[in-house]
Formats: sequence, C-alpha cells, structure tokens
Amino acid sequence: MNLRETDSGAEILYSGHSACPGCGAALAVRYFSRALGPDIVMVITACCWSIIAGGPPLTTLKCPILHCPFPSAASVGSGVKRGLEQKGNRDTTVVVLAGDGGTFDIGLQALSGAAQRNEDFIFVCYDNEAYMNTGMQTSSATPYGCHTNTLPLPRTKERQKKEIMRIMAAHGIPYAATATVAFPDDLAQKFVKARGIKGFRFFHLLIPCPPGWGAESDETIRLSRLAVESCLFPLYEIRDGITVELTYRPPQKAPLEEYLALQRRFSGLERWQVEALQHSVDRDWERLLQQGEGAAPF
Amino acid sequence: MTEVKPVLMQGNVACAEGAITAGVRFYAGYPITPSTEIAEHMAERLPQVGGVFIQMEDEIAGIAAVIGASVGGMRALTATSGPGFSLKQENIGYAIMAEIPCVIVNVQRMGPSTGIPTAPAQGDVMQARWGTHGDHPIVVFSPASVYETFYLTIAAVNLSQKLRQPVILLMDEVVGHMREKVLIPEVGKLLVEKASDEIPPDWKPYDDKGLAPLVPFGSGHYYHVTGLFHDESGFPSGDPAVVSRSLERLHGKLEKYRHEVTFTSYIGHKEPRVAIVTYGCTVRSARAAIKKAYWQNRWPVGLLSLQTIWPFPAKEVEALARQVEMIMVPEMNMGQLVGEVERYSRGRAEVVPLNRYDGEMITPDQIFDQLRRWFA
Repeated sequence: MNLRETDSGAEILYSGHSACPGCGAALAVRYFSRALGPDIVMVITACCWSIIAGGPPLTTLKCPILHCPFPSAASVGSGVKRGLEQKGNRDTTVVVLAGDGGTFDIGLQALSGAAQRNEDFIFVCYDNEAYMNTGMQTSSATPYGCHTNTLPLPRTKERQKKEIMRIMAAHGIPYAATATVAFPDDLAQKFVKARGIKGFRFFHLLIPCPPGWGAESDETIRLSRLAVESCLFPLYEIRDGITVELTYRPPQKAPLEEYLALQRRFSGLERWQVEALQHSVDRDWERLLQQGEGAAPF
Repeated sequence: MTEVKPVLMQGNVACAEGAITAGVRFYAGYPITPSTEIAEHMAERLPQVGGVFIQMEDEIAGIAAVIGASVGGMRALTATSGPGFSLKQENIGYAIMAEIPCVIVNVQRMGPSTGIPTAPAQGDVMQARWGTHGDHPIVVFSPASVYETFYLTIAAVNLSQKLRQPVILLMDEVVGHMREKVLIPEVGKLLVEKASDEIPPDWKPYDDKGLAPLVPFGSGHYYHVTGLFHDESGFPSGDPAVVSRSLERLHGKLEKYRHEVTFTSYIGHKEPRVAIVTYGCTVRSARAAIKKAYWQNRWPVGLLSLQTIWPFPAKEVEALARQVEMIMVPEMNMGQLVGEVERYSRGRAEVVPLNRYDGEMITPDQIFDQLRRWFA
C-alpha cells in the first residue's frame, strides 16, 4: 500500500501556515489528515501546532479545531468523542494532537487515564524532543546528550529519553505505532489501519525541528530518515499491548554519528557519550527484534 | 549601601538574581511564557552558587517540590504565568496552611486561559488574593520596574522566611521582559535576614506566641506537617476552638507585621485634589502622566504606587481619600483593585477606574486625558 492508495484526496491543510521552514510537524499532520479523510475533529493542546493551526485571521486546518489547556488533551478528547457518540455521530474521527511536553510531561496523567479507559480516539504525539514553541526547554522526551535552555550547567541532558511506547503498551491499548515523516507511506498506512480500529490508538511521531535541533531547514527528511536507518527510532506497531511488529527494517544499520553530526543540539558530545548513546540504541534495537507474536512487550 | 554597581538587566533576570542574592538555592518549575527566562537564568546560575535547579514535569510539581525543599531547609522559589498559576493554587493553599515559606512568581500575561501569552495584563490580582480555596491570608508584591523587581524579590524571600508564609511576586509581561538599569550592591553588602539557626528550647512548630521558626526536617526535631487544621504541635485537630484559633493565628501574623509587609510610595503635590492609585507596570505610565500634570501644568495631583497589593494598603488609601476629591485607579484589567480602593475610600473621594484590556499598556496620555477632563 502506498500514499496513492491510502490518500483520501482530502487536503485539509492550507498552504501559507505559520510553521517554521522545514517543520516536520506540519508535514506529519498533512500526511495523516489525508490518510484519515475529511471527517475529523482536532483537539490540540499547547504545542507548536497551537500556533501553526492559525494566527488570526487565518486558519490552517479545514476541520473543527478545539485548542485545550496544556494538561488536558486526552481528557478533552475523551469528552469530545463521547459527546459525539451520545448525539449519534459514530463516524467522525477524533484526533488529539499533542507535542512531547503535552504527552510525556504535563499531559501524561490525562493520557494514561484515557488509555486505561480505552477511549475511542487517536492520540498523536508529535515529538520534537523539547518545548520548541517557547524556545527549546527540556522535556522528558529530550534525549541524552542534548543541549537545551533549561538544563543546569553544563546544559547537557544526563538522563535518557522517557520510553513512551513502552508506557503506552503497558496500558494494553488496541493500537500503538511509531512513524516519521521520511516514511510517508508507512505513516499513512498506519493511520488508515488505526482508523479502522475501535478504542484508544496512540501514535508516536518523531518530528525533526530544524530551528530547535540546530539543523538546516532542508535536512528535515534526512534527519528523519537517519533516525530510522540508525535504529534510533524504529518503525513498528503494537497490537493490544502485546504483539509487536516491525514495519521497516533498515537494510544496513547507519552509524548514529551521522545523525548526531547534523544537529547543533548535540555539539560538543565526547567520544564516550556518543558510544553510550550508540550502546543504548543497539540495546533497544536488539530488544525490539526479540519481540515476537504473543510475546510480552519489551 | 555605598558600593553599588549599575547593571543593565532584564526584569525576569533581576527576579532570578534577586532570589539568589536573598539566599534562594532551590528552583523547581515548568517553562511558561512570559516567565521562562527566570527558569533559564536559574538553570545557569544556581549550579554556580551550589544551588539546585530542577525542571519538573508540570506546574503542580514545580510548587510541590518547592514546598518540599523549603521543609528541607532551603530557600526556594518557583516562577510561572497565568495558566500555571492556576494549576499551583491548591499547593499555595497548602503552604499557607502548613506555614511553609516559599516564593511564587507570576509574570502575568493576558488571560483568561491561554489568552495572549506574550501580551501584558494585570488580570491575576484577585486570583493572587483568592485563587486558592478557604479563608486565607496572602502577601502579594507587584514591582513597577526592573529595579523594584530585584529588591521586592529579596523582600519576598526574607518576609516569607520570617512570617512562614508563601509570598507571591506578581510581575507582568512588561516588567518581566524590559531591560533597565539596576543598582546592585557588592556581594555581602545587602542585608539578607537569615533564619535563626538556634531553636528555642520550648519550640513548638505552630506556636501561637509570636513567630515560631521553621525548623528543617533532619535537624533533630520530629514534627507533623499537614494541610488539615492542626494544633500547635502540628497534629490534626477538628476541635472548633483549635480550628478558629489556627485561622485567626494565620491572619493575625499579617495583621501584626503589616507595617513590615506594606510597601507604597507617593510622589506629587503635597495637598493633592486628585490622586492616582496604581501598581505594576501601570505605575510607569502614571508617573509620566503625573510629571506632565504636576511638574508642567502645576495641577494638584499625586500618585500613590503600591508595591504591596495584598494585604491591601488600607491605611494609606484611607488617608489619601481624606485629602482628595477623586482617586483614579488605572489597571490593565476590567477593574480588580479598584474595588478595594473604593472600599477604603469609604465614600470620601470619588473613585474612577481606568481600564484597558486589549493586551496593550495604558499610556500616559490616557491617564493625562482623564486628569485634564477632571480639571477642565
């Protein structure tokens, strides 16, 4: 299945939006909204998309949008879906869009609650690995070795990134998947699949952010591709919190260094730090490969 | 204070530097516009002075960690803006009840809700007073300049320690983001009140005879800290007599030390016919209007600027109302502190609000025009 087959033909993203040049988040929303079709409702929490979705008098998305307070994305999504159902509308897809802060940090409690209740909507976390909208402050999705503006001196993250997919799998939700913009077919296909599933569906999208990551705006796709090819961000899906399936296997594992070297946020990493990162990538990849049908996740 | 060095500083940075000068060595918070520079500056500076900076997972965690650190013996501060301030309210009430010193900075932005994150407003005056539930006392300072921010932050830290009471520094986007000259005393020249290390022999954590110091956990005294009503030992009590006495004690502290907590300043005519009462960044416009009205036109006008807005400087306003015919209250909201001014004017002077709520500052001309209409 490729983009042509999954495409609903409905373009709900207008051009001329206010995303930064090379924004991966704008691209991701364009891909998945085309896959989901025009009958969608967006619940957007505080994130870059609060800005992208429309500075007055313009709007970017041709669908109903509900911007909600920061900690409440998944709760508001729950209410919207139940409300629609109560009124007899069972077809509209409710999509909750949150950044990594609104998913990994302040939004985690609401997310966990909604996943546990198996609310019937799609939660999309577009993860650019820091609070980028406000000028790059640390989130718990910020990777090891990365610089941000709120890390105590020497301004380098010492802890690893929170593994949100393992957390979501532990909730036993019907569907959870990773995707990224360099693999639009894979991304769209997963959304089409998710649309056909009832219950809580979670997406973890890795979104390169050129200004925040300190990369050129034409490097978005390359960074996204390298993250997958180096096995830093594997593409897979988990059914019912149990069955893990890789949707793309890199023909040859790319060295992590190439990915890191493109970004100023990793500048000044020592040799041993790069090795430590490489080690954790290798370990996680091996662990993922060992998952089989019916095996307990991770 | 003779040796001073002038420094060009941003308001938010002045708040962070003031806190460090006053001995704050713990910051826990969550980034939110327009207060984020406080967190960013603290992240850089605190490790240099042996302090701790933690970025928390959300706003509630920010204030909660600050409360924990304070009980552990640290001078602790957190900073936020409107939406985050709302989230912190339950914990602020807890700190009031458990008498845990801490400073909460709210760099106000245009609300309600997300509002305009980058636009100034003074809409949180009543939330700062009554945001947390229950009948509680609160201290709120509102600086009008970068200079005042530096010194009021120091005062906030010291008074919160002395009174064992959370103090709120209610800044606004204008003061937070402007850059101005600040005169900073040489290190060690600034009087920073240090909590006494000595524990009185008959120490009780919630003694109602005077101010019982907060003895940090780990210093040998075992005691109970709770948000429930409690007796002088800290243990929960539902006894009506204990409950009413506790609440009176909380309020009584601020009554007793009102003179230390209340900061106001007056400029203008000695016998004014018209006065302006305002606070925060609006003081700046009022000052410019007064200059034109008083120094250029010799109108009998004066400006009472409030650095302390809660507890409300009732005596000062009452005295002013005896003198003047009209009190103008410019505020960047739909009228919040004007109600208090009216209350304490007791009908002696006409109280006229001047409100602006479009995310822009009240201009000196707006105030001057109002004055001109009065004198015309």
